[in-house]
Amino acid sequence: MAEVSLQGEQRVFMTGNEVIAWGCVAAKADIMYGYPITPQNEIMHYWTRLAPKYGKKFLQTEDEISAGFTMLGGVLTGRKAFTGTAGPGNVLMQEAAGMAEMMRLPGVFFIQQRGGPSTATVIYAQQETQLTCFGGNGEGHRLVYSTATHQELFDYTIKAFNMAWTYRFPTFILADGYQAKMREPLTIYEPEARGVKLVPTPAVVGENKPGKKFKHLRNTYNTEDELYEVVMANQRDWEAMAAEVVEWSEKGCEDADIIMVTHGIVSRAAMGAYDQLRAEGKKVGFFRPITVRPFPEKELRAAVKNAKKILVAESAYGQFLKFVQTALYGSTIEIATMLRPGIGITTEELVEEYNKL
Amino acid sequence: MMQELKENNVLQPAMPASWNEDTKPHKFCPGCGHGIILKVLGEVIDELGIKDQMVFGCDIGCSLLSWDFFASDSVQTHHGRTAPVITGMKRAKPDIIGVVYMGDGGGYAIGSQHLFNAAVRNEKITIILCNNCNYGMTGGQMAPTTLPGMKTETSPYGRDVAETGNPTKGPEMVAAVAPEGAYVARGTIANVRQLKGFIKKALENQIAGNGLSFVECLSSCPTNWRTNAKQTWEFVEKDMTQYFKVGELRTPQAKEG
Amino acid sequence: MAKVIKIALAGEGGQGVQSIAEILAEAANEEGKNALYIPNFGVEQRGGVSIAFVQISDGPIGAPKFLKADILIPLSPRAVKRTKMHAGKDTVYIYDNSLIQEAEVNDNVVGMQYYDVTPPCPTADEPNQDLQQDLIAGETKTCSFTRPGPGVDPADIPSDVARVIPIPANDIAKEELHPRVFNIIILGAVIAATEVLPLEAIKKALDTKLGDKFKNNPKLREMNFKALDRGYELIKNAVAR
Repeated sequence: MAEVSLQGEQRVFMTGNEVIAWGCVAAKADIMYGYPITPQNEIMHYWTRLAPKYGKKFLQTEDEISAGFTMLGGVLTGRKAFTGTAGPGNVLMQEAAGMAEMMRLPGVFFIQQRGGPSTATVIYAQQETQLTCFGGNGEGHRLVYSTATHQELFDYTIKAFNMAWTYRFPTFILADGYQAKMREPLTIYEPEARGVKLVPTPAVVGENKPGKKFKHLRNTYNTEDELYEVVMANQRDWEAMAAEVVEWSEKGCEDADIIMVTHGIVSRAAMGAYDQLRAEGKKVGFFRPITVRPFPEKELRAAVKNAKKILVAESAYGQFLKFVQTALYGSTIEIATMLRPGIGITTEELVEEYNKL
Repeated sequence: MMQELKENNVLQPAMPASWNEDTKPHKFCPGCGHGIILKVLGEVIDELGIKDQMVFGCDIGCSLLSWDFFASDSVQTHHGRTAPVITGMKRAKPDIIGVVYMGDGGGYAIGSQHLFNAAVRNEKITIILCNNCNYGMTGGQMAPTTLPGMKTETSPYGRDVAETGNPTKGPEMVAAVAPEGAYVARGTIANVRQLKGFIKKALENQIAGNGLSFVECLSSCPTNWRTNAKQTWEFVEKDMTQYFKVGELRTPQAKEG
Repeated sequence: MAKVIKIALAGEGGQGVQSIAEILAEAANEEGKNALYIPNFGVEQRGGVSIAFVQISDGPIGAPKFLKADILIPLSPRAVKRTKMHAGKDTVYIYDNSLIQEAEVNDNVVGMQYYDVTPPCPTADEPNQDLQQDLIAGETKTCSFTRPGPGVDPADIPSDVARVIPIPANDIAKEELHPRVFNIIILGAVIAATEVLPLEAIKKALDTKLGDKFKNNPKLREMNFKALDRGYELIKNAVAR
């Protein structure tokens, strides 16, 4: 693997999985728990190689259920812990994610989406959007970033750790097999050198201090009313967080007739389409949620206010579309769709779809 | 032409009749042990005449490449879930011959709870497990059976048993918990005659309805071991047998009368 | 938006398509350009067609894959057939017109869960010598079973492209240099045809990537650089005509 220094800044050219490993080093993560599944294996490969030099720990568990729960164990004892998975592994990870939601445990999950459902392909899709946002048996009290570039993979890795430990909700980086395998340049840096403070990760249990106040932790309740209070309190905290963490990017929506709405790597195709069509004089707009959970609902409603149509494009069959529809409930704007489960979307194809409208 | 020669008994088919000819040559790497194990299994299926009764279940990983290997009904399941799927089938329809084919990851990591419980319940299925000390298909990560000091993608400096435990002894675990009627053995591709004997007894055990049959096969993965032919055989014959003892661990007691 | 040059290379496993795509991308990055390389593994280590998408630009690069390539380089008859959709009216089409037949292994292998695992070549003297020990760098090194054959069927070459440049790279590699550097000849040709990067940048990238191997075997460096120059001058001469 390339020798990389985290002193100051360095421009590097590497695959997405390697970026994540270095992002976790930059964020001063302590320990990774994981299980092999394509296409995120290399996160473990890189992490185990740099572990001795940077004093990091690693455990390969017996499966993803264990990886999720061992990670929560690490979090409970005050360590900055993370895991990575994809596809069927993500399905198994949901049990632990649900416990994290209920018990307000931070932790960072890297999801490299692959085809679904079931084993499907190991290549690429955006078919875990719903799963990553709402996969537990609860209300989806999570924070989910959908990255599109390697620079974002690095930046949002650092941010994910900070946000998770600030707000105490499980936090996900929703990337995909393309991002995992492709190589492009980015600048890696030491966060503190750029004024980004790293949020501390105090222990919840396990501190061996004399006279400490012990804690009894649970995720079970006896009565409906009890549960209602807990879930509603979490909901209020989540909404308070949502207002502070929601991120999106938009371009040209003020005077656009048709706005392309995409997330993750598909927004790169959308950006390419935007530039091409605007150069041709077409009044096209671009809207991209960067946090898919919380979804920038009021921002989307504001952006499409004057448009005639929106074009929702995703590499899934309606998972992202559902979020858009929920956000735009009540609006009469026409929603055109480009739904391609498990298949990449190129700029040319998006332009072609736009021209049909 | 080939068909005529075969029908007239001029040409002996080189491959077992239970093999699906359309999917040959198979897709395993050169030097892979799967090819040997599946050939042995194919011959046993021929000799016992159970090709049509058999339902063949495979796991994820390199065992997945065997999903269209046999001229029998086959089901590819999820990682570690082949034993439960075949168990479910056998429970619902006891006249099938349920065969579970998986690797050391599917059996001893993610599927370990299912293997353990199938053993405890003495499920009347036959489990054949390919042990090649790594997760081959996904790029050579450490497996439960990776040897101490062995380098893999997730133990790049060598497996540290203090941190990760000793190589899993699967047949020993199954032998310890399975009730009377179970057949448990460990064979090796380095002794094909013996391996065939074990697999035959394993399937006969299911046909007789005695209980669980489990055969682990010491196997090779030169691709991820980065070994040439000679080194590969040495690894299987000398290194692996340091930890994994070949032989029968449990045989059902002979019935009276 | 700054122009993005889209290059697609395709070939059989063992032809080293991913290696040269990676060198191209890394060289571009070293020159301070923006580059994006994504492999599209078929089941190439078993012999299927693999495609590499490389984009180079002074500005931002969009989606990692594209439909129409500016430069399309299919290196086997099967790759020619499989990459038809990437040829457009502005495409520069470079292919190998040696009279060879690459081994076409049936690539309908259900069950591949990973693409970077490389089985060692069973006929090599030292099957693991050439293998990169670090799987992460994932260079494919399966055998290339080339034998004489009909080569590319001219009817398969798309007619409505900007330029068609046939290069007998395989023949040249076999007769003048070494079969293994056939893909480096192609690399030289690509640089000459497109001038996307200076030849020096490629030489630097080759040195970086294969530096260790070059140190142990200086003749290897000489041969690679000769192959690069050979491919380069092939095109320059063709253009001059």
